[in-house]
Amino acid sequence: MKLAFPREEATLRVTSLLAFIALWQVAAWFMQSSTLPTPTVVCTRVYEEVISWVLPRHLGITLWRVVISFVLAMLIGTIVGIAMGRSRRLDLLLDGWLILGLNIPALVTIILCYVWFGLSDTTAILAVAINKIPTVIVTVREGARAVDRDLLQVAKAYRLSFWTTLFRVFLPQLYPYFMVGARSGLSLIWKIVLVVELLGRSDGIGFQLNMFFQMFDIAGILAYTLVFAAIVMLVEIAALRPLEQRLTRWRG
Amino acid sequence: MLEIEINRKAYPDRGGRVHVALSDLSLRVKRGELVCIVGPSGCGKSTLLNVISGLDHDVDGVVTMGGVVPQHGIGFMFQEPRLMPWLTVLENVMLVARSDEARQRARELLTAMELGDVLHAYPGSLSGGMQRRVALARAFVIDPSLLLMDEPFVSLDAPTANRLRNMLITLWQRCNTTVVFVTHDLREALSLGDRVCFLSGAPGQLVLDLPIDLPRPRSADDAAVLALQSKLLQEHPELLAGLASNKSAEENPQ
Repeated sequence: MKLAFPREEATLRVTSLLAFIALWQVAAWFMQSSTLPTPTVVCTRVYEEVISWVLPRHLGITLWRVVISFVLAMLIGTIVGIAMGRSRRLDLLLDGWLILGLNIPALVTIILCYVWFGLSDTTAILAVAINKIPTVIVTVREGARAVDRDLLQVAKAYRLSFWTTLFRVFLPQLYPYFMVGARSGLSLIWKIVLVVELLGRSDGIGFQLNMFFQMFDIAGILAYTLVFAAIVMLVEIAALRPLEQRLTRWRG
Repeated sequence: MLEIEINRKAYPDRGGRVHVALSDLSLRVKRGELVCIVGPSGCGKSTLLNVISGLDHDVDGVVTMGGVVPQHGIGFMFQEPRLMPWLTVLENVMLVARSDEARQRARELLTAMELGDVLHAYPGSLSGGMQRRVALARAFVIDPSLLLMDEPFVSLDAPTANRLRNMLITLWQRCNTTVVFVTHDLREALSLGDRVCFLSGAPGQLVLDLPIDLPRPRSADDAAVLALQSKLLQEHPELLAGLASNKSAEENPQ
């Protein structure tokens, strides 16, 4: 259904959010248990954690790891994906590795990375990137295979330079695939970064969540989760969606 | 002078067998001349253009222009407009020539072709005729010394195609461009060309080289063009079977 006004859309989104909070509140009242604190308790906790600078510090470290491993995974995945999409030989050569990479459980990669390369930040970022790279490759390879040869022929006939061909003719055809890769990539990386932190770092959201778990501090867990979810939403609204609109403007 | 000497051009077809597309083809085009190449579908007309443009290097033969292999300044118009859908009309034209003069020239060309109102529109929102006008502007913005055209006006309705042909002739006369225009429509060839060259079915060979002395401007509906067409059909029925524009030209007659 197409909505007539942006205002209507905003109303629906806010209503849905309020309904969620209301449900949560009702459930907490009924259960009257320390395992499900009310929204008010959680929000107070968020406030305390923020003004004490504990949450911002850990959040900053986690975001930093997310950004680095995301950029790394997109970069390597894109280059390898294009190469595999364009070269049949390379595709056959690496396809087996790719299937292996896609199917190894994240936990195995993380454990092995820590064992082999030591408990360091570099290892943590590497482990996350390794988990993500295969899915980027698969998406970008699909795009590179679907590239329109006719348009590349135009570039060749008019003797366009390599860089002009790359940025004005070739890559724009892959933008939709980048967007898919970036979306699924971010959601995967958010999740894996926490596991990596839980297993082998002494800071970051994952580490904090583990601490709260040990102390059975549910309000703490929910407070961190809430902030984290808010950040993810913010990235979607402030970065991914405008970027997508910009890149696919011509379809309008 | 554009000189084309092709001894043999072959490529493997889908079944893996060798398909000889062109053989013993020798063609000279004077500077500023508009030559139409006519032949049945599948006779290697598009292959010939790909060889001339350098898109296809795998050939036993040479193509030179003024004594050297043509590198820059080649315009190419394909059967489909082949515009970049993510670039605006102006950006599409500017894609092949990026300088301030080119920008000025692109605007002038597009305005002269009545596309001044859609400079910043995307090709997806334009009609087929308009998209082809943009492609024609793109071909002329580089001020080409050689322009290759591969049945560029097929699948357009007659008035739109005629309008585009007139635009082509206007630009060609202004720019003194050498044009090689491939078509399977005999009447189109007769109405456009200084010369019409007939290719046989595959492997394509030059079978008739006919100067056209009809005065310009001409159109595909002129009595003189129609008379010439019927005269040719009478004199060379076996050669031209299936090429008259009111008959299906999709079948290879040989």
